[in-house]
Amino acid sequence: MKARVFVTLKNGVLDPQGAAIGTALGNMGFDGIGTVRQGKVFEIEMTGSDREAAAERLDTMCRRLLANTVIEDYSVELV
Amino acid sequence: MKTAVIVFPGSNCDRDMAVALRAATGTAPAMVWHKDSALPGGLDLIAIPGGFSFGDYLRCGAIAAHSPIMREVAAFAGRGGHVLGVCNGFQVLIETGLLPGVLMRNTTLKFVCRDVPLRVEEVRSAFTRGYAPGQEIVLPVAHHDGCYVADADTLAQLDGEQRVAFRYRGAVNGSANDIAGILSANRRVLGMMPHPERAVDAQVLGTDGAPMFRGLAEMMVAA
Repeated sequence: MKARVFVTLKNGVLDPQGAAIGTALGNMGFDGIGTVRQGKVFEIEMTGSDREAAAERLDTMCRRLLANTVIEDYSVELV
Repeated sequence: MKTAVIVFPGSNCDRDMAVALRAATGTAPAMVWHKDSALPGGLDLIAIPGGFSFGDYLRCGAIAAHSPIMREVAAFAGRGGHVLGVCNGFQVLIETGLLPGVLMRNTTLKFVCRDVPLRVEEVRSAFTRGYAPGQEIVLPVAHHDGCYVADADTLAQLDGEQRVAFRYRGAVNGSANDIAGILSANRRVLGMMPHPERAVDAQVLGTDGAPMFRGLAEMMVAA
């Protein structure tokens, strides 16, 4: 079983890196670029087949390590 | 006074911290490796030094915060022990949950490495008792991720409880309310981005960091 975890900055949290990337895209000639936000994706391989238990463990992993919930939101996708 | 410095892979201010502690206390600190699962007995102070622990992977300080020794450091702080985190050490203390908020990429996106003027906001702590209230000092900073961010409630609480120990005088990294260092609720944990341990020798970068270590040493001896 494989999980994908997406960690993104919460709305309202300043993202200077995303803003710099947005500016670079504009400089490259890409039109119509609005706000750009940078985030992280984790691909995690897990043994076992109990999807419910896996989802619960992934939630704990997100809260304890993968995301800093002061500034970041996370979502989990089981593949 | 018995002290310890925690060493992670990628720490690079651990020896500066040891020199500063030794100069103030007369005794060399114990250097404790991150994989150790026990602290030396009878410690008065633990210092978490600056550097790039674990290459700043994931988030600055995030991996170090889950090192075996950090469980013991958190327990030590829980018992009322004094813990000082400088630069990456501040990031580690935040990721450990011993201090609130978060340190994000500098809003300028630039690594800032220079001497910065600071104001000592709070002298009611073992770390800052050696300074005068409102004293203006200069300490070096060297960081890429020092922009202090917290929600409005946390910022109000830090102000209300007089837990902002140091503020930048002027823009440095985009920190909320120019916060450079904060205290825990019991005032025994201090996290700060500037480096007091790099300013304890008149021949190198001034001595504005020395009152912190002197103040700590005097208080621990008095106790």
